Amino acid sequence: MPSTVTGSSVRCMADAAPAHGVLPADAVVVARLRVRDEAMFAALIDAWSPGMLRAARAYVADDHAAQDVVQEAWLGVLRGIDGFQQRSSLRTWVYRILVNKAKTRGVRDARTVPSGSLSPDQDHGPTVDPARFRGTDDPYPGHWHSSPPAWPSPEDSAVAAETRHQLAAALAGLPARQRVVVTLRDVAGHSSDEVCELLSISAANQRVLLHRGRAALRAALEHHWIKEATP
Amino acid sequence: MNCDEFVELVTAHLEGALAPETERRFVEHLAECDGCDRYLDQIRTTVGALGRLPMQRLAPEARDRLLAAFRDWPAG
Repeated sequence: MPSTVTGSSVRCMADAAPAHGVLPADAVVVARLRVRDEAMFAALIDAWSPGMLRAARAYVADDHAAQDVVQEAWLGVLRGIDGFQQRSSLRTWVYRILVNKAKTRGVRDARTVPSGSLSPDQDHGPTVDPARFRGTDDPYPGHWHSSPPAWPSPEDSAVAAETRHQLAAALAGLPARQRVVVTLRDVAGHSSDEVCELLSISAANQRVLLHRGRAALRAALEHHWIKEATP
Repeated sequence: MNCDEFVELVTAHLEGALAPETERRFVEHLAECDGCDRYLDQIRTTVGALGRLPMQRLAPEARDRLLAAFRDWPAG
């Protein structure tokens, strides 16, 4: 969750952070950057870069490229900060610069996130295999043949670690637009409004992409735990 | 509500985006269906685990370069 990430990142470098683990209000941060308060800039890049690296990774091919993109984005912030009008939140503005840099880099690396309308094969149709549900000739049509199998408890730390490992791989395999929305919403913790604004998509469109992405990731975990349970 | 309809409404439910009548049918179904209860729970588990994926930090050299660029940036 973003607040936790922000807090811990800032706490890690308490020597340079101007506040006690929490960034001040946007207007204060912007004013300090404009008078070239280096400690403020350091606190900001430490607080936000981890989330930005995650978001960039949804567009580009590897961690190295994501590091480049985040650096370029911060240079873009530096170029733009004196002219920033504060019509959106600082975070949204920074992420918009990031997404633009990441898209450019993604195109260069031939890992393009297509824009425009939803593609029919990826964004329509059931998200759960219809064979899991009873047919029209059954007394309970549309109901589960059998409940989804239980997963091992996520409170077990080995299970939690394996879950994260499987999820990271499954996330990388999602269709590009789903990957970007799930990364921004569920990994980096942006709100639905922020993501719609960042990506210039409607709330309904965003929800479809999030829904399909989450369903595919749940299915990947289910597949993994079933395989693990089979001797 | 049938289970195959329920599973497609899970995200809208979690986003608070269902129309009141649909939300009522969703919650009613949830109360009486173990399979869908587990499905929703697994979606929640998935979302929760996504929020705990390991975070990377900016490479120290990159951080140093940015701070140097900031230092040398002309005041506006």
